[in-house]
Amino acid sequence: MDKLLPVANGCMLPRKEIPVLDFTLFRDELLAFAENGGYIVQFFAFTENTRLKALAVLRKDTNLYAVSCLLPDEYQALTAENSKFHLFEREIAEQYGVRPLNHPWLKPVRYHANQRGCQDIFGNDYKEDIPGNYDYFRVEGEQIHEVGVGPVHAGIIEPGHFRFQCIGEIVLHLEIQLGYQHRGVEKLLTSFPFKRLPIVVEGIAGDTAMANSISYAQAVEALSLCHDADTTARTLRTAALELERLACHVGDLGALSGDVAFNPPAAYYGRLRGEFLNLLVILSGNRFGRGLIRPGGVTMPLDEKNAALIVAKIQEVRPEIIQVADLLFTAHTVLSRFEACGRVDRDTAIALGLVGVAGRASGINYDARVDFPTEKSGDFAPCKHIRQKGGVYSRAWVRYEEILHSLDQVEKLVSAANLGKTITPNPVENLVPDAFVVTLNEAWRGELSHCVLTDAEGRIARYKIKDPSFHNWTGLAMALRNEQISDFPLNNKSFNLSYCGFDL
Amino acid sequence: MLKLIRTRINQGYRTSSYPKKDIQLHESYRGRPQINHNCDPELARRCATACPQDAIDPEKGLIDLGRCVFCGLCERLSEGKFISFSTNFELGVADPAQLLCDGNFPDLAAHSKQHFKRLFGRSLQLREVSAAGCNCCEADTNVLNTPFFDLSRFGIDFVASPRHADGLFVTGPVSRNMKTALLDTYDAIPSPKVVIATGSCALSGGPFRDSSEIVPLQDLLEVDLFIPGCPPHPLTILSAMLKFFKL
Ligand code: SF4
Repeated sequence: MDKLLPVANGCMLPRKEIPVLDFTLFRDELLAFAENGGYIVQFFAFTENTRLKALAVLRKDTNLYAVSCLLPDEYQALTAENSKFHLFEREIAEQYGVRPLNHPWLKPVRYHANQRGCQDIFGNDYKEDIPGNYDYFRVEGEQIHEVGVGPVHAGIIEPGHFRFQCIGEIVLHLEIQLGYQHRGVEKLLTSFPFKRLPIVVEGIAGDTAMANSISYAQAVEALSLCHDADTTARTLRTAALELERLACHVGDLGALSGDVAFNPPAAYYGRLRGEFLNLLVILSGNRFGRGLIRPGGVTMPLDEKNAALIVAKIQEVRPEIIQVADLLFTAHTVLSRFEACGRVDRDTAIALGLVGVAGRASGINYDARVDFPTEKSGDFAPCKHIRQKGGVYSRAWVRYEEILHSLDQVEKLVSAANLGKTITPNPVENLVPDAFVVTLNEAWRGELSHCVLTDAEGRIARYKIKDPSFHNWTGLAMALRNEQISDFPLNNKSFNLSYCGFDL
Repeated sequence: MLKLIRTRINQGYRTSSYPKKDIQLHESYRGRPQINHNCDPELARRCATACPQDAIDPEKGLIDLGRCVFCGLCERLSEGKFISFSTNFELGVADPAQLLCDGNFPDLAAHSKQHFKRLFGRSLQLREVSAAGCNCCEADTNVLNTPFFDLSRFGIDFVASPRHADGLFVTGPVSRNMKTALLDTYDAIPSPKVVIATGSCALSGGPFRDSSEIVPLQDLLEVDLFIPGCPPHPLTILSAMLKFFKL
């Protein structure tokens, strides 16, 4: 542990302070950390003066650490010993053409050429624009059949491919192949002019625009030293983040109800979700809060009249949400479908490092708002909503508790006396050279992290984004084991993970 | 059962009477841009330089609504003296040249193709494809199925199978990895068919314009109806479809 450098959420560090370990030692340290109750926040590769390096940000309880190493072109996969590294290592292999030897299931993450222009690990030349160009995992046997779904799905949703290995109606294994949404976001953030970056960040995952914008703003604020947001701005940003959470959670409860064919709550929550988007319009002029959050603060103040509108609306919808929840969570038809469906037990959740709603539903006591508070979330009544069973019911109920909690927080934030004056930030032009920062925020799906490295000229040399879905898609695959294939939509909705946030 | 009835009574009837009655959006909402052609040219140039999307032509006083993400920066910078945004949510256009907007909006109903009105005016089934959309356009299209908008009352439905569809409704900047799936879906739709592009990404690449990982939609398919916004308000989408197919 003494090899790891303690770091603080959202605080700038000179890059040279990050310890550079010999690879073998780095590997041992990471494995020991992950084995002893630690989690991986970030683990990625980057180039430094033509040398290839890896950097890891780790967390345990309320502590964060950073450590790096020189990365060889081939190395013994960490995933072979601990599954928390699984996707991270596949991503490194794809992005930088590094081979983790003995990785139990090495396949492309997003299907794109690597950034070093070296030999592709997967033997693809990317002339064909088809992701998932590889052999899927197959279960063999006379009664086994395979079901492929997507990338284009039945509804109005993002694309992704799901491959089920089934015996009769029972799913033995679900393989999730994403990458269809890949737009090259991380590369754009190092090559676009500065003025375009906030717009790209808002588009990483539109339903998580507030959390991504906050994570980006905090990173740039830390790296530009003189650009701190004032209290009012922080209050409004936190309110926007909680409104985003409310809209999504309320919408999810409605959609879950729709998936078990109980239509009244689906209709009511569908409409109530819109109320929160309309509150974001008041705050930002856009239903998803776009245009509001910029490094240094917010672009729009909130006057008293509009603050009162928001508070009044919160007070109006709270009893409605409670009443509809009472309808939803007491209906026998709903309970018989929600309960004992799609369980991910605590041990599995820990082994995979699940975060956010899915993690808390499986008994993992972690919420970045409590453990690594930023903006105004440190002022919240501390509250972690934990269930133990890890099924659809637990994931729905955790959402419901979080809805009630966020309603209270928004009401308090918006009526806080210090609203009104805030300075609209000027665009940032210069960043501290050779610096590092990592930010963590609790997006509505869970821990979202941005990590930025600047070069000697103060340009962004590497921008790494980790959406909570990066951890949790594997949770969905595990939830489906031995479930009926017809329960897939319900399980999928109970996780409601991001395709574009994952695909970047 | 009693709970069901009580909640039903409390929730009441929520479907909006749009388009019979107008809907007034909150004053903060950024809809149609208004452009002051007499403003200080220096101010217009400053806005154009600052615009993250390079959507402003300061000399001609035009905004490219295909590129614009309605971030509001130009309005703030010019304090409304060059560009300001009204709450009017009607933004759809039928001709890509009309995306270059001088502040005047041509009447969409008059510019839409008559044969589409004849073919699909009474019943329109659409297959939506998200081609690397960030889930905003998708969400605000989906929302048209909630009770407030209740899209099917207009005879417009989103369907699962392209074989059942009259047209393709595209969101997203079209990633290279989605190109094949998008074109396959288009091919599976029986002719005659209509193509609707929704959102800044589908119109111009949006925030991701210039990325080597995307393929502009216009290079792949001929688009009939363009709906600007980032994302377009559900009412923007609804009004564009009603005007284009029905009026
Ligand atoms: S609102 Fe549109 S035109 Fe104005 S600065 Fe933003 S992207 Fe550019």
